[in-house]
Amino acid sequence: MHVAIIGNGITGISAAIRLRKRRPGWDITVISGESEYHFSRPALMYIFMGHLRFEDTLPFDKKFFKHQRIDLMQAWVTKIDTENKMLVFDGQTQPLGYDKLLIATGSEPNKFGWPGQDLRGVQSLYSLQDLDLLYRNVRGAQHAVVVGGGLIGIEFAEMLHARDIGVTFLVRETAFWNVIIPDEEACMINRIIEEEGLGLVLETELDHIVDGGDGRVSAVRTNSGETIACQVVGLTTGVHPNTHLAKTSGVPTGRGILVDRSLRTSIDDVYAAGDCAEMVTGEERNLIQQVWYTGRGQGLAVADAMAGDEVRYDPGIWFNSAKFLDLEYQVYGTVPRTGAAPPGHTSLFWMHPDGRHSLRIVHNNGTVVGFNLFGIRYRHEVCERWIREKRSVDYVLAHLAEANFDPEFYGRYEVEITAAMKRQVA
Amino acid sequence: MNMYTFPMQRRFGEPEHGHKPAPTPTARVAVAVVALGVLLFVAALAGAPLGRTWFGPMASFVLAGGGAIALIRMRYRNTTPGIKHNGVFFSGATSRGALAWGLGILFTGFYVMLYWFPAPLVGAIRLVDPVSYALAGHAANRWFLYGFLYTVAMIVFGTRMFYKYRHNRYERIRTASVIVFQLGFAFLIPHILERLNEPEFYFTYFWPLKPDYLFPSGVHWLTSSSGHLGAFLVGWGAIMTFVATPVLTYFLGKRWYCSWVCGCGGLAETLGDSWRQLSDKSLGSWKVERWMIHTVLILIVTLTALLWFNDAHAGLVFGSFTRALRRWYGFFIGMIFSGVAGVGFYPLLGSRVWCRFACPQAAILGLFQRFFSRFRITVNGGQCMSCGNCSTYCEMGIDVRSYAQRGENIVRASCVGCGVCSAVCPRGVLKLENGPVSNRFPGADAPVGAFLQSLGLRKRKHGGGAYWS
Repeated sequence: MHVAIIGNGITGISAAIRLRKRRPGWDITVISGESEYHFSRPALMYIFMGHLRFEDTLPFDKKFFKHQRIDLMQAWVTKIDTENKMLVFDGQTQPLGYDKLLIATGSEPNKFGWPGQDLRGVQSLYSLQDLDLLYRNVRGAQHAVVVGGGLIGIEFAEMLHARDIGVTFLVRETAFWNVIIPDEEACMINRIIEEEGLGLVLETELDHIVDGGDGRVSAVRTNSGETIACQVVGLTTGVHPNTHLAKTSGVPTGRGILVDRSLRTSIDDVYAAGDCAEMVTGEERNLIQQVWYTGRGQGLAVADAMAGDEVRYDPGIWFNSAKFLDLEYQVYGTVPRTGAAPPGHTSLFWMHPDGRHSLRIVHNNGTVVGFNLFGIRYRHEVCERWIREKRSVDYVLAHLAEANFDPEFYGRYEVEITAAMKRQVA
Repeated sequence: MNMYTFPMQRRFGEPEHGHKPAPTPTARVAVAVVALGVLLFVAALAGAPLGRTWFGPMASFVLAGGGAIALIRMRYRNTTPGIKHNGVFFSGATSRGALAWGLGILFTGFYVMLYWFPAPLVGAIRLVDPVSYALAGHAANRWFLYGFLYTVAMIVFGTRMFYKYRHNRYERIRTASVIVFQLGFAFLIPHILERLNEPEFYFTYFWPLKPDYLFPSGVHWLTSSSGHLGAFLVGWGAIMTFVATPVLTYFLGKRWYCSWVCGCGGLAETLGDSWRQLSDKSLGSWKVERWMIHTVLILIVTLTALLWFNDAHAGLVFGSFTRALRRWYGFFIGMIFSGVAGVGFYPLLGSRVWCRFACPQAAILGLFQRFFSRFRITVNGGQCMSCGNCSTYCEMGIDVRSYAQRGENIVRASCVGCGVCSAVCPRGVLKLENGPVSNRFPGADAPVGAFLQSLGLRKRKHGGGAYWS
């Protein structure tokens, strides 16, 4: 049995490792054109800033794959011949047969057809190749404009800032990332961005990018008519599933590659998982998940499915984390943005006077459903358990200290938090 | 699209030179002040009689140290509180460039002179004479100079830690602790004891890091030279070795000593902090570490036993062999390893070479920590995204990420509990903590069994990493 996996991101590699454990006798090949070895995509920023070398971002060393008998192949797949179960490659690489195939091609950055979006100096940030392009694009750059207020946008800005390049953020929303997080937290991030010395322009969109006459960006023009001179433009307005290969190979796609709860496509022995997959759940909306942790979870699940198990992928209780400059962020469970709370959902919110620590507890008629944290670390296991056990607000407030995961000697805020939240409940 | 092959050029994406903005006028003044202090030190080395009054040492060390602190302050003043490792791998000084090699040669050369060829240091020794007279009541010798420079380095670079980690209370308190123990217990008190005609005794060192305190000769020296106090000092050393070590390590992990008290650890955590990312993380180096450090432990235990056996039999049985063993241990472990290689190679191999590969104290503390302790680094559920900051900045060469990404607690003999993995983690995944022993690591309920497994004498049961298996 030969399993081919296209994509060596967290999904493809998680699937390969799990499958090796489950099926010691099978042959496994992981194919990627981007890089020979699996690296941590969220760590690309640290390479650019000089915190890490590329080799430091490899979660498993080279020997690991040899030891696990996982074959690695660096090549771009151009077409899947699903009839004959063959992969066709770019260049000189000979076609490769498979018995089962996993497509884990990840996502790709959104571009909305802005005039000038293909000028030199304009780029997104997703792949190793994008990082390399950025090294070339920042040469001699004094100022950059980052379009889109999200997680990749803030990373992009931090990276440029670390190289003493001025940054202006163009954000469509009224506060940073408030399409996802509540307004109070979004305003905290606004302030952090401004304190760091980055320019934040809210409620403004990109109109077009100006050619300096040499095919390179010289400025951007906003929809409010303002012109901002810059030598680099970062387009970080979200991502969408990368379905190119599936489309050219006749694998059914919607927004992503369509899969069932077992991560199977409608074509025999072809599976898809991770950012590129769109799961038909039978519910109101299909499931597309595009963060590191869901990539890992889907990768593990699809390995079980390929091994022959009856799998029903359960997304579990949501969690995520990020860092906005110096401000750490964690979320557990359901935390709707302002104005989008389902009926019965209310939240209790506490913020330290320094504006660098906050906790939001979301509850549904008294039952806790979510935690949103800035500048405080909470235990994943504890928050998840409280949500699963449908604990009441009173219970959670009485046991808040159990969840704290900050380093020793850090300031503890349980007393203030509990007092503030009890007042809000009353 | 283009493809990358591994390995890529060593410094993938290093910015072009000339990227750094020109130093400000104040920075230039601070550099000049440091240079003046160093110049005075060099003048003293060359024979200028600067140590006849307090002026010489004050001018030299206050200018150099104060200027350095001013530069450190300028480095961090305009940054927001948080991890600022920008450019660590682009700067030759912190990524084995020419400057690092130069510093390595300088440090190594200093230790070679200190131990075996002290003549060129005479000028510097005279420079600190006034300090030595004030504290110990006699002229300085090379060991006084060494202790003085050591303490000054810890204070100056400890200040750097206070600025760098001003957002992190664990790091600040720990840094204050190592500075207080070095300045008080490993510098002022021993020399004041000397002044009182008592033994120059270091309360923060004990067997086996300071083996003499439990060697027969050391015990006889302490008890004969100062009666009751001597007996107390012998008892102090014995209590530290046999009671404090197991008890404190059980409750707090080996960090209570290695990154809160010990002077070797203290220098590594202050002067050495800039080079912590250079420790080797490979499985091969871990294997070398385990063999070396435990061999040293066996050596020192054997040597101590032999010395006491000889003491009881007037040296008639293994006398000459033991004398040779003691000499060789002192030469290789005490001088070459802890000094020349341990500190000399900071800029090239990282700050904890001695602690990781050869310190017998760390070996004992590590065995307790691994099998009989409440300390562990807890991993926060599934939040790890494998970036590698924790492993890269682990001075002990522990591949922290390999545990974190599996959701498995880190329980390693070598971990000194510096807390930097937790500090640099951009997702808040790691926490140093003391807690019930039962859930520390797979098999923690049977530490003896786990110990036998680690020796390969019992089959290892594979513990479940929640996120991979």
